[in-house]
Amino acid sequence: MDKIRESLLKKSLASKIERRGKAVSLFCLALIVGVVFLIFYFVASRGLATFFQNHINLWQFLSGTEWNPGTTGANGQPDVGALPMIVGSFLITILSALIATPFAIGTAVFMTEISPRRGAKVLRPVTELLVGIPSVVYGFIGLQVVVPFVRHTFGGSGYGILSGTFVLFVMILPTVTSMSADALNAVPRYYREASLALGATRWQTIYKVVLRAAIPGMLTAIVFGMARAFGEALAVQMVIGNATLLPHNLVSPASTLTSILTMGIGNTVMGSLQNNALWSLAMILLLMSLVFNLAIRYIGRKGKLNNER
Amino acid sequence: MNAKRTDKIATGILYGVAALVVIILLALLGFILIEGVPKISWHFLTAPALAFEAGGGIGIQLFNSFYLLFLALLISLPISLGAGIYLNEYAPQNTVTSLIRTTIEILSSLPSVVVGLFGYLFFVVQFKLGFSILSGAFALTVFNLPILTRSIEEALANISDSQREAGYALGLSRWETVTKIVVPAALPSIITGIVLSAGRIFGEAAALIYTAGQSAPALDFSDWNPFNISSPLSPLRPAETLAVHIWKINSEGIMPDAKAVSAGSSAVLIIAVLLFNFLARWLGKRLYKHLTAE
Repeated sequence: MDKIRESLLKKSLASKIERRGKAVSLFCLALIVGVVFLIFYFVASRGLATFFQNHINLWQFLSGTEWNPGTTGANGQPDVGALPMIVGSFLITILSALIATPFAIGTAVFMTEISPRRGAKVLRPVTELLVGIPSVVYGFIGLQVVVPFVRHTFGGSGYGILSGTFVLFVMILPTVTSMSADALNAVPRYYREASLALGATRWQTIYKVVLRAAIPGMLTAIVFGMARAFGEALAVQMVIGNATLLPHNLVSPASTLTSILTMGIGNTVMGSLQNNALWSLAMILLLMSLVFNLAIRYIGRKGKLNNER
Repeated sequence: MNAKRTDKIATGILYGVAALVVIILLALLGFILIEGVPKISWHFLTAPALAFEAGGGIGIQLFNSFYLLFLALLISLPISLGAGIYLNEYAPQNTVTSLIRTTIEILSSLPSVVVGLFGYLFFVVQFKLGFSILSGAFALTVFNLPILTRSIEEALANISDSQREAGYALGLSRWETVTKIVVPAALPSIITGIVLSAGRIFGEAAALIYTAGQSAPALDFSDWNPFNISSPLSPLRPAETLAVHIWKINSEGIMPDAKAVSAGSSAVLIIAVLLFNFLARWLGKRLYKHLTAE
């Protein structure tokens, strides 16, 4: 009798395993979330030191055009003007997205609306494959093909914003294309049928109905591509020339936040101003990736609202 | 201009754009393969790199890439599996869960150079692991966790609830249902996800420059004791991978045949990524057939 009573009152083996399993899986999840907070904490603690320990003025940091943290500038403060890198990063991101968008959307429309069979058989796998090409390979090709091409066509050394833009354009093209194609595929079939039934031509259907319905999805694709371009380090670093000067034209050597970071972190002493200033650049990168993330969420939410209406 | 003509013109333009994109993409692939494949030989794949003279190989870098890939997957797989299971099977639908999902999304959108810098600060400096395989593997884990978690969660979500109900009806607990029914059923897509993420890890460089380091000391391939520093398995030695190697020889410019070596290495990288892609498709299909008895 006691045995039965005991087995009824005690937790069964299965429920013990159940609890343990749930705890372990929750722990894994907590670990990932913890890592994110650690990243923010560590980068911020270093990046903010520039302003709190070295007493650099935030505005001066964002608007100064001289980047030479080792020396003291005319105003008696170290030269830590990050504007050239910030401008470089934004220019390169916006330009490459501007070039990539029409190509990507055109190709996506082609593979979903005009020739779906060829799209599914050839274009889709090729673009998806190209999404996986390592960025150093893009950098290497940029160095071998794009830089000489820019040098011959536009003069200068070939290193600069323009080369970086071309490399990033090719790099984000597959990503934006395949995400735009997903967005177009998600437009319900009856939208097209309704439009065609009204007597619209295929192009009218695409332009007036399908593309409009897919706007949120395609915007997400573009912002995603921009985020990738903004955060890309090595491919850009290899072709941009890495001169911390405010770019005056597209073919003179320039720099981005990522390129200066990859070049500099290994050559500075931890805790020095030179090093802290670099971490401040990393912090800008981190904040920008948050901004891109928020933009994607905002677009997603708006798109949902529009479709529900 | 009437609508029919506009339609024709627009279609023509779309054909042109698509053709142009295909040409760009094929030229890209073609360039790498045509430049690189002739450079690949047994000697190139196995010989150590030479810094100041021509004729070096990529043997050590190739080994490092695979070893790091293996370690990174070894660490990230159990964690992502656990997190994926919790998110899909246990997590209640509330604000906290959606916040957690947002956090994971943020992690996956972080630039890989930021992940690398964090790895440098945390593993290399804070934990004093130095530039080592271990630091590199941890950095790659951070880089891989959000992607793998997402793909595992999706794979689990695709399993229909009738499978779970069948498990409960047999008197299995939730955990037993997950581990004995849901995960095996989702295995094909989980494996596809793993192999695809392996392709990404294999080509990653920015996260490794300041974690696994940029040097590849000579290895003694007859010594497999992980505690010896010259052993290939030693987790505390610096380990430059193939992708880092391409970046480094191009930005240093002291290796006389840097162009040939990077072309060959790029081709190897691309071929590896291609293989990972095919493997993922093939393995997924094969396992699905095997497990579903179709």
